[in-house]
Amino acid sequence: MSAPTELLNVQIDGVWYQFKKGTRVIEACAQAGKFVPHYCYHPKLSSPGNCRMCLIEMGMPKTGPDRKPELGADGKPVINWIPRPQISCAQDIAEGMGIRTDSQLVQECRHGVMEFLLINHPLDCPICDQAGECHLQEYSVEYGTADSRFLEEKVKKPKRIELGPRVTLDDERCILCSRCIRFMKEVAHDDVLGFASRGSHTYLTAHPGKRLDSNYSLNTVDICPVGALTSTDFRFKMRVWFLKETKSICTSCATGCNTIIGTRENVIYRQTPRENDAVNSAWMCDYGRLNIHYVNSADRLKFPQIRENQALANVSWKSALAKAGEELKQFQKNAVAVVASAKMTNEELWLTKKLIDTLGTGYHDIVPRAGEADQLLMSADRNPNTLGAQLFGVTTEHPGSKLQEITERIVSGEIKAVVALGEDLTQIGLVERDLKKLSALIVAGILPNETTRSASVLLPACAFPEKRGTMINIKGRLQRLNRASQAPGEARDDWEIIRDLLQQLTGSNGIYLIEDVFKQIAEAIPEMKGLSISKIGDQGVQLVEETEEARPAAMTV
Amino acid sequence: MVSTIRTPHPREKRIIFKNIDRPGWTIDIGCYLADGGYDELKKAFTMKPEQIVNEVKASGVRGRGGAGFPCGVKWGFIRPGGTKPVYLICNADESEPGTFKDRYIIHQDPHQLLEGMIISCYAVNARLAYIYIRGEFPEGAKILERALAEAKEHGFLGKNILGSGFDLEIYVFRGAGAYICGEETGLIESMEGKRPYPRIKPPYFPAALGLYLCPTIVNNVETLCNVKHIVRIGGAEYAKMGKPNNTGTRLLCVSGDVQKPGYYEFEVGEITIGELINDICGGMKPGRTLKAVIPGGSSAKVMSATDRYKIKTRQPDGTTVETEMGLEDIPIDFDTLAAAGSMAGSGGVIVMDDTRDMVWALNNINEFYAHESCGQCTPCREGSLWMKKITERMLHGGGVEQDTDTLKSVADNIAGRTICAFGEACAWPTQSFVAKFRDEFVATARKKGDGNGSTNS
Repeated sequence: MSAPTELLNVQIDGVWYQFKKGTRVIEACAQAGKFVPHYCYHPKLSSPGNCRMCLIEMGMPKTGPDRKPELGADGKPVINWIPRPQISCAQDIAEGMGIRTDSQLVQECRHGVMEFLLINHPLDCPICDQAGECHLQEYSVEYGTADSRFLEEKVKKPKRIELGPRVTLDDERCILCSRCIRFMKEVAHDDVLGFASRGSHTYLTAHPGKRLDSNYSLNTVDICPVGALTSTDFRFKMRVWFLKETKSICTSCATGCNTIIGTRENVIYRQTPRENDAVNSAWMCDYGRLNIHYVNSADRLKFPQIRENQALANVSWKSALAKAGEELKQFQKNAVAVVASAKMTNEELWLTKKLIDTLGTGYHDIVPRAGEADQLLMSADRNPNTLGAQLFGVTTEHPGSKLQEITERIVSGEIKAVVALGEDLTQIGLVERDLKKLSALIVAGILPNETTRSASVLLPACAFPEKRGTMINIKGRLQRLNRASQAPGEARDDWEIIRDLLQQLTGSNGIYLIEDVFKQIAEAIPEMKGLSISKIGDQGVQLVEETEEARPAAMTV
Repeated sequence: MVSTIRTPHPREKRIIFKNIDRPGWTIDIGCYLADGGYDELKKAFTMKPEQIVNEVKASGVRGRGGAGFPCGVKWGFIRPGGTKPVYLICNADESEPGTFKDRYIIHQDPHQLLEGMIISCYAVNARLAYIYIRGEFPEGAKILERALAEAKEHGFLGKNILGSGFDLEIYVFRGAGAYICGEETGLIESMEGKRPYPRIKPPYFPAALGLYLCPTIVNNVETLCNVKHIVRIGGAEYAKMGKPNNTGTRLLCVSGDVQKPGYYEFEVGEITIGELINDICGGMKPGRTLKAVIPGGSSAKVMSATDRYKIKTRQPDGTTVETEMGLEDIPIDFDTLAAAGSMAGSGGVIVMDDTRDMVWALNNINEFYAHESCGQCTPCREGSLWMKKITERMLHGGGVEQDTDTLKSVADNIAGRTICAFGEACAWPTQSFVAKFRDEFVATARKKGDGNGSTNS
């Protein structure tokens, strides 16, 4: 075996380059700045070589009688070109290989394949969701013609097929690249898709008796290079070129899949996976992807409120915070409990711990969310930042272990005030009667529930796409959330709410920006030493080695 | 299916077809054994496997399925001492229009095939072999099953065959009826229970990554039968039949506008196209003249009777000699037909006389390939149906001036750009018909139909 760093000499369009051994020809071309158009090739899937869009000219060094490469005037090997064009997606580079990506033959091949792909395509771009991010459209500009010489009737195929609960298929748009079939087989391990019939009449379908109902089905929509597979949730909602794209992470479980959130005029339309090989490859689950619509809910809490004469009334933030401070000051140490959320960012949790310490209470925890892990991306821990909550001491090695005592003391009346941050207390076994009994219930939340309705002070907060901050995923990777949209009404960023609560108790603390919070964290936590929010970057930072032994106890879920 | 039994023509050299239509001949193993059957297998076991491979290499026998690849070279790709099992598959998916030779071997002389296969398996060290027979041959499959049972009863299959220490099982695998299953990697995919999508090469060369990604040899029925005779007479003696690089005999299947269509066996290159038509097949029908010949199955390029062909031949001293000849003077062998711009292909010789409408003929071929394209890769999938739609429209009076050029250009965009050779198989007819009979295509494109379909009035 050769060393993984071995470099091979490859000539691309007359220029010699060096690439790592094992580099796919198409990737080498891309690295050399020679983009090779392709449809079926996907770096995360096997290469069937079926679309023929990536045809290039290829050759190997000419060998002389001594079986050594013949050298030309430039001292470089003379290339023996293969007369037939070759696909670049299924072969690795070899020493002395020659590649032509811009020859006349290559151009002819691309034009030919483009024409073939379009003759039976419905050309219904004006009503197709893929328009704007369609590879057929993109390559048509470069390799297509304005006029068609196809005088025949197009092949008719099934349309508006519900392949599963979340994916709709238009077989006439399908170019039969098989990416979706390969994804379901090779990645999702749920081999439900296949081709039926043959020749130009071939169409994509679910196997008899099967449905595309995998929790990963929407990835097929992402990798579909055309408008054949569309998201039933997103289709016809918004033209993609209107979408503002914000890099973020999914907060529906502890995996923290990297995402792109698509918004327009402050409305979230879709969430799609963003490639990160350390986290989610190029995929995400349907559950996490679609778990965004609550953000757009008309019921969102928009204004700070305080309880006056039994009813909640809108007040200014200043009044609400003053009231909260006033209430909290009345209670001593263990008469107060803080129920926080592992859906909160590190910055929020850091400030929460400060609040806990200031209050001096031993009664604080987060509310665990558990589900089944699926061996792919979905973690059994459905909270996105349990590690952060543990790291900063908002919870313990056993998240939720204090909740029973907290509820018991609320029921018994020993705990008289509760700060509930992003959690509904009925989820930990309390009922309305228990909540009404509290002297103070300071609640930060985004949607109405029994807890917000029972609040003495209600502070409207932000959903995850509306805030900046960081989280630590289950593998100990520190990742960033970015603001994709503005919170409704007067709702405020959670970290600001907690800072302001702290200020009510301790006076000004010199924290003006979220960066100030992170700076405090970086100074206090050895694993984050020297880091800043900007230094984390789009791909995150691994805080601890990803081995079981190296993972400190505090970072074990 | 079986045509009128007739005695072989004196110019024929029947080796593979020795027993076809032979009076008193049956498919029973007793009949085969009484005729010296399985003697060559016994002889083979006295040889080392590599000796047999060398004899096959020395014989120069080229694949009879269509591509004409040297069989010994193919076998040589199997690396001895590999850890994976080696499979041998007999390709009995005879599907190329105009080709009907393998079915007669299977129907009338199945033990010849089995003997050839067992010897071949011994040579390449395959302990498991399959006969992939097309779905449309149910009778052939039955005959083979029976022959396999007989061979097993007689100890020619199973454990320790004839005390040689060599074990072998052969199974019949029935296809479901698709032309593409004759393509060896499509055939392998089909055997693996998948759609018969041909594999990309590299990396999936059958000799390295074949059936279940193990080294696999896929040979045509006729090719495997030849192995028996190579063992019988020796590779050097075999190579004396035919011409250099075109050795042995060839089964030819003649169909179309001749007096006596049928199957024949000649030494390769022994006869010319003209001799085949006029001397062997009784000539053209009364009052008709030869217009065109497709010499190697429907995918081979059509040859026009009025053309002159410049044939370059490599001499033994390495020089090249160019000879000009008419269609009828072209000898039927691999290299000459290739030099003439067509191919010997599968041995299916389709003869067309002056009454044939070439647009109709091409449309007939296009229909077949559009129907049989597996649809895996873009150019063939879309191009084959497009070409068919153009020729069909032309036939129905809807032709336009640019159709002829469009046809050629579509075919040009398919050939050489597909995963498997089906691309060429469907493009070559269009390329050659349009090139050789351009005037006819242009005229048909101009002809306006009666609106009811036909221009043939």
